[in-house]
Order: sequence, then C-alpha cells, then structure tokens
Amino acid sequence: MDNSKRTFLKVAGISLLGIGSKPLQKALAGNEEPKILPSPEALTGKRWAMVVDMKKCKEDCHDCIKACHQVHNVPDLGNPKDEVKWIWKEPYEKAFPGDENKYSQEYIDQTLKGSQFILLCNHCDNPPCVRVCPTKATFKREDGIVMMDYHRCIGCRFCMAGCPYGSRSLNWRDPRPFIKETNKEFPTRTRGVVEKCNFCSERLVKGLIPACVEACKEKVLVFGDLEDPNSEVRGLLKSHFTIRRKPQLGTMPQIYYIA
Amino acid sequence: MLEKALTGSKKYWALLFFLGGIIGVGFLCYLKQLSYGLGITGMSRDVSWGLYIAQFTFLVGVAASAVMVVLPYYLHHYKIFGRITILGEFLAVASVTMCLTFIIADLGRPDRAFNVLLYPTPSSILFWDMVVLNGYLLVNIVIGWTVLAAERADVPPPKWVKPLIYLSIPWAVSIHTVTAFIYAGLPGRGFWLTAIMAPRFLASAFASGPALLILLGLIVKKFSKFDPGKEAFQTLAKIVTYAMLISIFFILMELFTAFYSKIPEHMLNFQYLFVGLHGHTKLVPWMWSFVILAVGATFLLINPNTRKNEKTLALACVAVFISLWIEKGLGLVVTGFIPSPLEEITEYTPTAPEVLITLGIWAIGFSILTVLYKIAVSIKEEAGS
Repeated sequence: MDNSKRTFLKVAGISLLGIGSKPLQKALAGNEEPKILPSPEALTGKRWAMVVDMKKCKEDCHDCIKACHQVHNVPDLGNPKDEVKWIWKEPYEKAFPGDENKYSQEYIDQTLKGSQFILLCNHCDNPPCVRVCPTKATFKREDGIVMMDYHRCIGCRFCMAGCPYGSRSLNWRDPRPFIKETNKEFPTRTRGVVEKCNFCSERLVKGLIPACVEACKEKVLVFGDLEDPNSEVRGLLKSHFTIRRKPQLGTMPQIYYIA
Repeated sequence: MLEKALTGSKKYWALLFFLGGIIGVGFLCYLKQLSYGLGITGMSRDVSWGLYIAQFTFLVGVAASAVMVVLPYYLHHYKIFGRITILGEFLAVASVTMCLTFIIADLGRPDRAFNVLLYPTPSSILFWDMVVLNGYLLVNIVIGWTVLAAERADVPPPKWVKPLIYLSIPWAVSIHTVTAFIYAGLPGRGFWLTAIMAPRFLASAFASGPALLILLGLIVKKFSKFDPGKEAFQTLAKIVTYAMLISIFFILMELFTAFYSKIPEHMLNFQYLFVGLHGHTKLVPWMWSFVILAVGATFLLINPNTRKNEKTLALACVAVFISLWIEKGLGLVVTGFIPSPLEEITEYTPTAPEVLITLGIWAIGFSILTVLYKIAVSIKEEAGS
C-alpha cells in the first residue's frame, strides 16, 4: 500500500515537472519564428499622436464617430449601461473636469461655437491600463499605439478601473446583434471582452490614415508621427498652445487639443 | 479524516442541504450570466466593478484575520488559543475559496481564466493577487489538516509544518496588502489613491475576521461538546476592540485629508457616500447604518461589562461584522467609480441574479466551513473525551 502510494507520488511529481518544463522547452528548442515583413505601403511612425483643433469642430457634426464605429463594428446597444464607444463627444467640463470656471462656457460658445470635445483613447506613453492588465491582453506597441488583443482578454476590467479617461468599454453582452452593418474587414467581438480605439492600426498597415481623420471634412483631427520634426502634428504643436487631458497624472496622453 | 464529515446529526445534514439549495439557485443564475454576459448584473460602463469584487475584497480580509490566532499561539506560545486556532485556519480556507470563486464569477471570459498563468505579468497586481491567494489557500489547508491529523493520532505535529506556520503569518499580511494595491495604485481614482489603503484594509480585517470567529466559536460551543474556552473568546474580543478602534481612526483620517484639502477628486466620493452627490443618495442610508453599527459596537466592546458578557459580546460582533461589510463589501469598491473620471454620476444597484450568485458563493463558503468545522469538532470531541 505504502509502496504503491510512494510510486504514485513519484510519477505524479515527475509528470508535474514535465508540465512545468513546457515554456522552457519552447524557449530553448524553438526554431526562429517566421518573420512577418511590413507591407511597403504601410504607414510607419515612431510615436503616433493626434492633434484635435477644436476651433474647427462643428457642433452637430458626428462624421468622425460614425466613420470609426462603422469601420470597427462598434455596436449600438442604445443604453448608457451597456454602451460601447471608441470615440465620442463630451462638453468641456466633462473632458477636462476641474479645469472649468464660471466663464469658460462663454469662450466655448463664442470661439468654439459650442462644440463638444472629441474624446478617444489617449494612447498614453505611460499607460496605466497596460500596467494593470494581468494577461498582457492590452499592450503598447513600439510606435506608441496601445492595443487590445480580444482573444486574450479575460474580461477582468482592471484596465477600465485603471484608465483615468473612461476610454474603455466592456462588451456586457453579445455585441453582434447590435451592429447595423458588419464590416467584414474587421473582427467583431464576443461578449465579456474589453475594447477601445486602436488608432486604426489595421488601416495604417494598408497605408491609410485613421478613419476618423479621413472622415472629418473640417480637418479637426490631425494624425501623425511626433518623432518626425517635419510632420503636421509637430508643426501644429509648434504653432499652437495645446492642452491634454489630466497630464498631472503622469500618463503622458498623446491626444493634444487646440482650444 | 474526511469520513468525519460523512456522519452527522440531522441538523448538520439539514444545514448542508439548505446551503446546497442556495448554491443550486446561484449556479442556475450563473449559467444565465454565462449565456447572457455580465450585462445581467447592475454593473455598467461607468461602475465596472460591483458586488462580486467587493465581496472578494471583504473576504480577503476575513481570510487574513486567521493570523490573529496563529500569531499569538505559535509565535508567543499563547496556549489559550490552542483550541481555537484550527477554527481560524479553516475559516481562512473557506474565505479564500470564496474570494477565488468571486473573481471567477466576475470575469467576462471565465473560460480564459488560465491566461493569467499562461501569460504571467508581474506588472499587474491582479497577477500577484492570484499568486498570494492560491498560496495562502494551500498553506492553510496543509497546516490545518496536518496539525489536526497529528492531534487525532495523539502525537505532536511533524517538524516540517513549523516553518510553514511561520510563513503563513507574513503571507496573511501579504494577501490583504496586495489586494489593497489593486486599488491604491490607480492614477485616476482619487478615492482609492491613498497610502493607508493597505493598513486600513488590515485593520478592518482584524476586526471583522475575529468578530466572525467569535460568533462561529459560540455557535460551535452551543451545538457541540467542543468549547474553545471563555478566555479565548475574551482575548479575541480585545483584538476586535482595538482593530475596530484603529479602523474607525483610519476612516476619520481619510475624511480629514479629503475634506480639509478640499481636492474634488478626493472629496466628491466621500460626499457621495455620506450625504449624496447632486441628488444621488443610494449609498447614504447604508453608510449611516455603518456609522451607527460601528459606533454602537465600539461602545459595547470598550465597556468591560458588555464585552465580558457573551450575549452582548455576540451582539457587538454581529454589529462589527455587518458594519465593516457595508464599509468594505459595499461602499469602498463601488464608490471608487462614483463620480466617474468624467465626473459623471452613474449609480449602481445589483440585480436579482447578481445577488443570488453572490449568495450562492457565500453558501459555497459556508458549506466548506461547515464540513471543515464538523471534522475539526469531531476530532476535538474525541480528543476531549
């Protein structure tokens, strides 16, 4: 009896070791993985960023939102509880809470013609969502884009608690019945995973600028590489005073607002 | 020793069937949640954590509190705790199991839970929480079981278990510290961004856990021949008293910093809790119940006459447990999201399926507790006779 118990434990222990050695085996014995070459027409940058010129934004225009949500299969669930959104509009005091004063609305009504601020993921240089994610389902690319892996996300929503901008949405239920027209070029999501703006990484590889930027006729949204001194975004930051949302938190947001 | 759980009085089986019924209802609701998604709960885009994560946070505290019996007994050879230590360790086992179950219930994609192991991410506090909670569960099962088996055989516990017991002491502190770090390190949530979050968690844990242990001990004493001893209850009562006082002190510290600095990111959430914000007052009655229960319990505990009387002591313990459950298992997590980073106020009310799933998980914990206590008590009774 005792003897067989001991033998069993031995075998079980060795088997457990075997399971544990799998990643080691992968690391040591793995061949070089096939490399994926970037397409020659792909847009490449070292630090993608966006400048939003609120002086040009029109009050009742939602072209950027429509374009983004259509191309990315963002569902319209019709209620704020289950809402999924990648880009949206908010009044100044919500976009920049604590920065408003009694008279700021007058300026917004006159100079910004009452426009609401366009909000999206800030693609932070120091993103708290990436730091807190327990599975690396959300990660920062070398070009600065903060990405989501919908196939790895476990739906713990730590990133939603970590994001100080409210830029993340969970699929509280199956989003597919709520997509008006499915874009076959982009994946739809399942219930239980988090999603957000991806700076149109899928368009950049094809040499296209982000859908929201393309859709904006007023040229409110400008997308480009901040590391390139000749880029349009760098030019705008040189010639205009810009503000960012909650820069004091040290997240280094990369959406700059001209207001 | 498991066979001890298979024989019992009618009351024992009735209790297990009752708990089994609650688990069954909770499980059916969970199946519904699996097919519909987390939208079945009251959680929303703005309040993205609710009852599940709040219960998890509260129960980590109950689990950690086992150290309050283990430390005096094993480090200071405080013999009076000799009989109650096993009850503390088994309470920890039941609590940690509930914690882990609540996390699974809260996942949007529970089928991918093992991604946390497949892609270990040391920068994530949740990863470390998974490590320390599972470790603590294992350590307590091994210690409790081994010591009890030795007692049954009437031999001293094996030597190798001693280092494990010493390890379990800092480990208990670690589980609640790491759990506090889940909240205390987030840049955009002023309500949680406080360095005394971990000390506050530990203080409230060392009040709520031992309070529950006193109540459980009194129940065990009433329904079995096993008595943990009057003195053990009294020492635990003193621990609860001090921990409760420190808890209240810490909360007052938070209120001072928030309201004297008048920084909105720190103040608005407390305003929401105690007086409501722009007419949103859902948690206000709860928080004032917390205040009344906490103050009432403190008076009963400080007064030696009411503390020494087991009836009033039990009353105080119930008040301690409920008040801290409101504070941590209800207020602390939800209020971190109110107002939202855009200063929007979205309130949260759990839905019926969410409450039933929560009750189901509590029932899982209490069934484990019942079975483990049954085993422990049967062996203690044998040893006693």
